[in-house]
Amino acid sequence: MKQRNYIKMEFPARSVNEGFARAAAAAFAAQMDPTMEELGDIRTAVSEAVTNAIVHAYPDSAGPVQMRLRILEGDLLEIMVRDRGRGIPDVKQAMEPMYTTGGEERGGMGFTIMGSFMDSLRVRSAVGRGTSVTMKKRIKTKAGE
Amino acid sequence: MKVLSSYQNGRLTLRLQGELDHHEAAAALRKISRVMDDYLPRDCVIDMEELTFMDSSGIALILKIARLMAETGGRAWVENARRQPLRVIDASGIDRLIQISTAARS
Repeated sequence: MKQRNYIKMEFPARSVNEGFARAAAAAFAAQMDPTMEELGDIRTAVSEAVTNAIVHAYPDSAGPVQMRLRILEGDLLEIMVRDRGRGIPDVKQAMEPMYTTGGEERGGMGFTIMGSFMDSLRVRSAVGRGTSVTMKKRIKTKAGE
Repeated sequence: MKVLSSYQNGRLTLRLQGELDHHEAAAALRKISRVMDDYLPRDCVIDMEELTFMDSSGIALILKIARLMAETGGRAWVENARRQPLRVIDASGIDRLIQISTAARS
């Protein structure tokens, strides 16, 4: 699929970067002229994906988290968040609502939120090698509104 | 984010301001737990009028507050939720457990 524009960034898995990541994603997506609601959905989904990587990927260190955003043909925004951490043994189980291995400040709703705010969600993971989360959302053109 | 608290006639009001994410949630919960221990309120209002963003960390925080209140026979609810936090609340389904009211303006 042809890409029209992209950004790539990498930051250590520190929670202070959660706010930065969603602000950066929103700033990039702004060129697609999204509605306030779409922009809120993008910020929320990015926050969940990046937080998952920060909380779960690296138990003992602040390893690298990569985020890539692409604008694809057909007003499609693709967001990929990837880590090189410990991986998820059972992705299907991890994606079930309320399932969590995090602390009490996480409720196990991350994937549920990502799935309901984006049009598609794909999670790939290999134990010991890392996890990638890829989400897509079509930004509706405002013409004709 | 900031948590401002006020107490009157058995009712604790927690005003959440700014953005609530995982980075902010632990400190917010510590502060809220402390305030609850100080006042032992009968009701707890979570006022979200000035909360501009929250992710699922906010859901965990709301549920935790509701649980703490239930332990002492009290109850908690959410008032003045704006559009983005409201969408997260709707997606989570916690509006089946806790009363949620929305902001007049978003």
